Amino acid sequence: MATTLEQYGNIAGSDVVRQLELLARPMRGLRVVHVNSTRQGGGVAEILATLVPLMEELGLRTSWEVVEGSPGFFQVTKLFHNGIQGQQVVLPEALLAEYRRVTLENAERLRSTLEEADIVFIHDPQPAGLLAALPARRGKWIWRCHIDAGHPHRPVWRFLRPLVQGYDACIFSLPDFAQELPQPCYLIPPSIDPLAVKNVDLGEDEIDAVCAEHRLDRGRPLLVQVSRFDRFKDPVGLIAAFRLARPFIPGLQLVLAGGGAADDPEGAAVQEEVMAAAAGDPDIRVLSLPPDAHRVINALQRAADVVLQKSTREGFGLTVAEALWKSKAVIGGNTGGIRLQVVNHQTGFLVNSPEGAALRIRYLLRHRDRLQAMGQRGREHVHQNFLITRQLREYLTVMLGLVRAATDRLELD
Amino acid sequence: MAGLAIKDCALVSIATGRRASSLPELRDGIRAVPQESLYFHFWGRLLRPRFDDPEYHSDFASWAQHCLHDELLAERLAVIDPADFTDLERLREEVVDVIDNHLQEAVPVYTRPDRQFHFRRCQTVVFDTGQVITRPEVLPQAISALSLGSIYYHVIDARRREPVRKDDFRAWAEGLGARYQGLADRLGGIDPYFSNLAELREQLSVAAARFFAEEG
Repeated sequence: MATTLEQYGNIAGSDVVRQLELLARPMRGLRVVHVNSTRQGGGVAEILATLVPLMEELGLRTSWEVVEGSPGFFQVTKLFHNGIQGQQVVLPEALLAEYRRVTLENAERLRSTLEEADIVFIHDPQPAGLLAALPARRGKWIWRCHIDAGHPHRPVWRFLRPLVQGYDACIFSLPDFAQELPQPCYLIPPSIDPLAVKNVDLGEDEIDAVCAEHRLDRGRPLLVQVSRFDRFKDPVGLIAAFRLARPFIPGLQLVLAGGGAADDPEGAAVQEEVMAAAAGDPDIRVLSLPPDAHRVINALQRAADVVLQKSTREGFGLTVAEALWKSKAVIGGNTGGIRLQVVNHQTGFLVNSPEGAALRIRYLLRHRDRLQAMGQRGREHVHQNFLITRQLREYLTVMLGLVRAATDRLELD
Repeated sequence: MAGLAIKDCALVSIATGRRASSLPELRDGIRAVPQESLYFHFWGRLLRPRFDDPEYHSDFASWAQHCLHDELLAERLAVIDPADFTDLERLREEVVDVIDNHLQEAVPVYTRPDRQFHFRRCQTVVFDTGQVITRPEVLPQAISALSLGSIYYHVIDARRREPVRKDDFRAWAEGLGARYQGLADRLGGIDPYFSNLAELREQLSVAAARFFAEEG
């Protein structure tokens, strides 16, 4: 049975895996700890579930710790999360006191692991306070911010900045997402895992079965958007685009697949709006899927003729990379990380309006050769830039730079 | 005959915190940033995730086209080939001159906040692969099997290294004597600026293969 690294080598290339091994070699035996706020659910946990075993296989003694907290703790860290992304939130003093209290509890629980670690990755704001609570730490600490901190709500950033400015380095996904801090701020885009359930190859039988279950006709053209029911994803605008394009594309179908609405009052409201906009239209399916419906999402993306991500505002939007990896051209909103994945006219089209989306839908479905060529380029684009092996290589590069106290250049013997 | 030890490198980008929203701000930034940042925006794109339309090969030209929508400036910046400059300060002067001249005939425009130019620099880690090329005859196959990081190190990075300042394959072939001067000339004749690293690897491998095929 192939090791995990060998499996990634089969996809990314053996030279890529060899490079990882050479980069990791000087750090073999170092203790690396990742800390985040959940072991299941969400993009960070998904990435760590792959990264941690890969680092282990490369000879780094890697572990993954999760902060524990009270409802008040997670209430305030949710406010941090929203505030960092620019939402105007109020931080009640009682909740901030709870954040400090729970942080000290977690620091006590994790003290020996974190103080003895050579490298600690703290993911997102929830565990950010651990650094200040462990002054006897000996390793290098990195704050990895996965969300867009480019335009934070100032009161939130005033609270968080003192917590993160003591780290040895921080990592943001994009230059636009970064804040000015005294330490080096590395820029490392996120990635997808080609071996994850949502990205592995599927047989046509399974794709057919998923389509049949959701009453989709594989003999007719299909548009798919996968995203939470969120106004910034512009699902209603996508329905408008679909209706503008449909008269020119007989039999056109649209799937809006999302999830999590039951736990999210705003999501439920948006889903209602989407259902209302789609009401009575037999060619539109609004699917509310459970968070673990990865295989269904995978099948829907593979069944699509064109995948859309018609967001008006977006973080990184990794669903775009997931679709490109499946050789699908993507029509994406001209915003955030979508711009980096949809290379306009190469791997899909960037659009600014429902009209623009409708025009590109019509064009692609009338020019199947271009549709196919864009899909192939999209897969190669992801192969080169958005696989987890690239992200791991960049993490290893940062780690080496820190443990060897390098500045611009480090030459290993 | 001394072998050519193959190295590899990895690069990660770092925000400098400096941004530009207009052409005058870009010019001022180019004047102020460290040489490493300038180097990164011309050459670093070869070794980091490539997001932009590869029509223009410097970040400055891409930004002029995509964010300022100034095609004329994009063309003027794109034609600056960093391989022509052995000194990064001369390259910096050239870019600033082009922008200054352009500003005399163009009205500066401001980009949207989400379209700013972000000056970055890079951190590079170089490491030994343990591989040594011992005979020039194996170059075609050996080059085609190298990682893109190795291609970057031996072709792009090598041009900055004193005292030779030329790509390692060419320098190695020259050191092997007159018999391999033709090989050195072929390898040195490849312009790396307008290729991506995979294309460059292919061009180098083909050039070496042709030399040996013609040499018989």
